[in-house]
Amino acid sequence: MAKTPSDVPVEPGMPQLDFTTFPNQMFWLFVTIVAIYFVLSKIALPRIGAVLSDRQDTIEHDLARAEELKQMAEDAEKAYNKALADARIEANNIINDTKLEMKAELGRKIADADLQIAERAKESEQKLNDIKAKAKSSILDVANEIAIDIVVKVSPGPIDEKLIMKSVSQKVTE
Amino acid sequence: MTEQTSGAEEGGLVFHPMDQFRVTPLFGDGPVGIFTVTNVTLWMGLTVLCIFLLLVLGTSRRALIPNRIQSIGELAYGFIFKMVEDVSGKDGVKYFPLIMTLFMFIVFSNFLGLLPGAFTTTSHIAVTAVLAMGVFLFVTILGFVKHGFGFLSVFWISSAPLVLRPILAIIEIISYFVRPLSHSIRLAGNMMAGHAVIKVFAAFAAIAVISPFSVIAITAIYALEVLVAFIQAYVFAILTCVYLKDALHPHH
Repeated sequence: MAKTPSDVPVEPGMPQLDFTTFPNQMFWLFVTIVAIYFVLSKIALPRIGAVLSDRQDTIEHDLARAEELKQMAEDAEKAYNKALADARIEANNIINDTKLEMKAELGRKIADADLQIAERAKESEQKLNDIKAKAKSSILDVANEIAIDIVVKVSPGPIDEKLIMKSVSQKVTE
Repeated sequence: MTEQTSGAEEGGLVFHPMDQFRVTPLFGDGPVGIFTVTNVTLWMGLTVLCIFLLLVLGTSRRALIPNRIQSIGELAYGFIFKMVEDVSGKDGVKYFPLIMTLFMFIVFSNFLGLLPGAFTTTSHIAVTAVLAMGVFLFVTILGFVKHGFGFLSVFWISSAPLVLRPILAIIEIISYFVRPLSHSIRLAGNMMAGHAVIKVFAAFAAIAVISPFSVIAITAIYALEVLVAFIQAYVFAILTCVYLKDALHPHH
């Protein structure tokens, strides 16, 4: 309210309808609009547009890169899983092979051992038989000697050694 | 209150709600000639300065990650750009700097006018009428340049029944020529009314009993005016886009 210059006569009505000020306002409006238009169209808007599209590009680039990295990670994971599965299969194969091999080896060893055992048994039997035969002849000898000694002691006359031995062997073999 | 005479006195109160709109020379007091430096010059100059600060200096770093001022500038850019694209279509984007100029000028004039003691350039019909007539002539000439007489099909609503079309055409023609009027008076009227109401309430503050109410009322109206300042700039810009769309695509 206090803005009214006191020396200017206060005319009634709206200042908006005071046509004497119209040319002035229109002139300055024209200057202003032209100035703003040039500032905006030559400097501000291209610059802001460039900044916005740069940012858009950067974001898209980053997203694409992230997508790529994700793909790489997925591939790596796939490769890792594949390697793991392969290794497992390989291990199973090795286990099976080893089992079969061991079984075969075991069979062979058992067969060998059986053979050896049979050989040994045969040998032992042979030895036993020998010992038996030896023992028999030793017993016969001892019996003969004893019989002859006994007969010599008890019979006065000459003795028939052959006869004694014959009867002893007869008795022993019984 | 638009009929209120400045200098009317009521019960000792002095009302000068319209004095804030006076165009006065900035230096000395002579008559207001066409090139006189007036308060209009000052406030329009401040508008240009503010737009320059926001959109040129604010974005001078061209930062990928914007600071606050650059964010506001980018927000304004994106807001108006999207509006032009949505309302006027892809081929309307060519006229985006024009719409942006109008919007930025009006929005800054409105907000600067809200500063206490400020002069609101957009409250003058001389300013808004020039803007509105400029838009009107621009879109009309653009329509005829783009489509020749085919532009007249904007008045011929082919989706309506044939009987109704001549009547609708008359209505369309009238409404087309009323556009600059409503376009300009809407803005100037809104600005003027709000500021005048604030002044009226301010005058009442001289009475001690009423002054608390007066302060509250001024605060409330001021808040409303902040809203109106933006909305009217937006309305002006979006209507310009709509008219532009008619010029670019006159066929319904």
